[in-house]
Amino acid sequence: MKKTLFEKIWEQHIVDTLPDATTQLYIDRLYCHEVTSPQAFAGLRERGLKPFRPKRIICIPDHNVPTLHQDRPIKDPVSKRQVDTLEKNATDFGLTYYGLLHPQNGIIHVVGPENGLTLPGMTVVCGDSHTSTHGALGAIAFGIGTSEVEMTLATQCIMQRKPKTMRINLEGRLQPGVTAKDVALYLIAQMTTGGATGYFVEYAGETIRQTTMEERLTICNLSIEMGARGGMIAPDRVTFEYLEDKACTPRGTAWEKALAHWQTLYSDPDAVFDKEVHFRAEAIEPMLTYGTNPGMGMGIGQRIPFLDSIDEAGRISFRKALDYMGFQPGEPMLDKSVDYVFLGSCTNGRIEDFRAFASVVRGRRKASGITAWLVPGSRQVAEQIEAEGLDRVLADAGFELRQPGCSACLAMNEDKVPAGKYAVSTSNRNFEGRQGPGSRTILAGPLVAAAAAVTGKITDPRTFRYA
Amino acid sequence: MRNTFTQLTSTCVPLPLENVDTDQIIPARFLKATTREGFGLHLFCDWRYDTKGRPNPGFVLNQPTYGGEILVAGKNFGCGSSREHAAWAIAGYGFRAVVSSFFADIFKNNSMNNGLLPVVVSPDFLSGIFACLKADAGLTVTIDLPAQTIRNNASGRSEYFEVNAYKKDCLVNGLDDIDYLLANQAKIETYEKTRST
Repeated sequence: MKKTLFEKIWEQHIVDTLPDATTQLYIDRLYCHEVTSPQAFAGLRERGLKPFRPKRIICIPDHNVPTLHQDRPIKDPVSKRQVDTLEKNATDFGLTYYGLLHPQNGIIHVVGPENGLTLPGMTVVCGDSHTSTHGALGAIAFGIGTSEVEMTLATQCIMQRKPKTMRINLEGRLQPGVTAKDVALYLIAQMTTGGATGYFVEYAGETIRQTTMEERLTICNLSIEMGARGGMIAPDRVTFEYLEDKACTPRGTAWEKALAHWQTLYSDPDAVFDKEVHFRAEAIEPMLTYGTNPGMGMGIGQRIPFLDSIDEAGRISFRKALDYMGFQPGEPMLDKSVDYVFLGSCTNGRIEDFRAFASVVRGRRKASGITAWLVPGSRQVAEQIEAEGLDRVLADAGFELRQPGCSACLAMNEDKVPAGKYAVSTSNRNFEGRQGPGSRTILAGPLVAAAAAVTGKITDPRTFRYA
Repeated sequence: MRNTFTQLTSTCVPLPLENVDTDQIIPARFLKATTREGFGLHLFCDWRYDTKGRPNPGFVLNQPTYGGEILVAGKNFGCGSSREHAAWAIAGYGFRAVVSSFFADIFKNNSMNNGLLPVVVSPDFLSGIFACLKADAGLTVTIDLPAQTIRNNASGRSEYFEVNAYKKDCLVNGLDDIDYLLANQAKIETYEKTRST
């Protein structure tokens, strides 16, 4: 029987199957953050239960932590209570906890992979839709709700229907100046924001094989933005080399045994997917979004669509989105003025993103009207930035680095974009008010963000680097 | 023990927008609570109130014309974040069912885990409800979960909807997954012992 990568891992985690095909699925790794876990821990206590397999659970506050002065108590008392509650729950139940200033603190979806806490072949869940990120390592990883967090705490299992499978094939070579974020925004624009709902996606093809692990993390991270339950990439040499020296990866004979298993994790040549789609890498330009969902994206040099190109049922939403953004149908995005730039998040908060940003701003100056927030995804990323001297490059160009956390991606801390202001953001969502009430988000990759940061407007980064 | 759901006949609140994301249902700044209560107050907050906190008369929840326990929304309802707070907010406000032509996966699971029934109808049936609601705000819709049918009581049109048998059983009987999983603990331990990878 030919199987897809997804089916192989799924079947290895079936504890039981009900007559209606609902699966009782075993979970190898549960990550908890402070926002979606307190009610789950409270539910556990009400039932008089304890976590069933505490060693499989990692707790990290990331969503509403400040990105300045993390050595001081959190000022917002409500945020502080949530973070304190996570620490107390972790301590009471003997769970691993990476609090603020801990060397392994950061955004869960950055910390997990960079420490080898997520491994190929695992099932990984977290009360966070961007858990899809971990699929880059060849794991089945997806976001769940708080009730499901409670189920996993209590039994290390959840009840799930097997999603349909989709393979997205990307062939050819990417153009210079096109990043993994552009690839993802392109795919979402093609698929639309709900186009992969009900599916679990595998990314495959020559272009994907040639990506680095960090690029894969960015691509898988954004799977949820086309509605997919998760996205994954078959583990290969890139994966194994990435994992080899990570803090929590198996060592010695355990590594050899794990590696032998991981090498069986690929879709069989004749495996059948419920849906397959094909794209060419050469077609992808630096991308950005013009609307209020991540599917409303376009090449940086293109024009916003006209109303008559939108199907009738979608026109009210399309109009509403453009009104919110203050844009007109049919107009170009190039040269539009920008107020804020945000580099960071579980999408683009890794070392390669900071290298890319630094490559554009090196020898230039931040534009005077721009407020820039540069937020490393983890303390390890922050240390690497310093080790490579990128902090100096950024400082010389007028940029300050902040401390790790989700920050302006969802603006649960102080990093909020004011109403009406435009932010070019390397994060994952441009929903209304996502970066603060009334904020207007233009999603883009680190190169487009850097070009906006030094010019104060939407600028094609290729005119800088490759002119 | 959760809320049970069997039959419901109610007037509806129309929200004919597509891709309504969970950030609109409940903005992130309201996610700082550590209990499940009180989220209904902030449902659709940034559409429902202006920046000074005054009700926005253009938004449907502020219009006395419409009310009821069924929310009817455009396709891809509940996309975006996995926050269960979105389901808590909708249920907390007083809705017991949401009708759309399709839902984001995580939102759908979260709703069912909170006794809030997501009903998937055909695009045609959905536009039929919107049209009837425009003509008569008093339109009622009847949802019968055991029979898996939904009926537009103005047009008389009825449609079958899918729901998996396990979740249906949980909703009808007010059971939740943890009750089931705890009863199945021996199987979990056997799985762990026999696992080869």
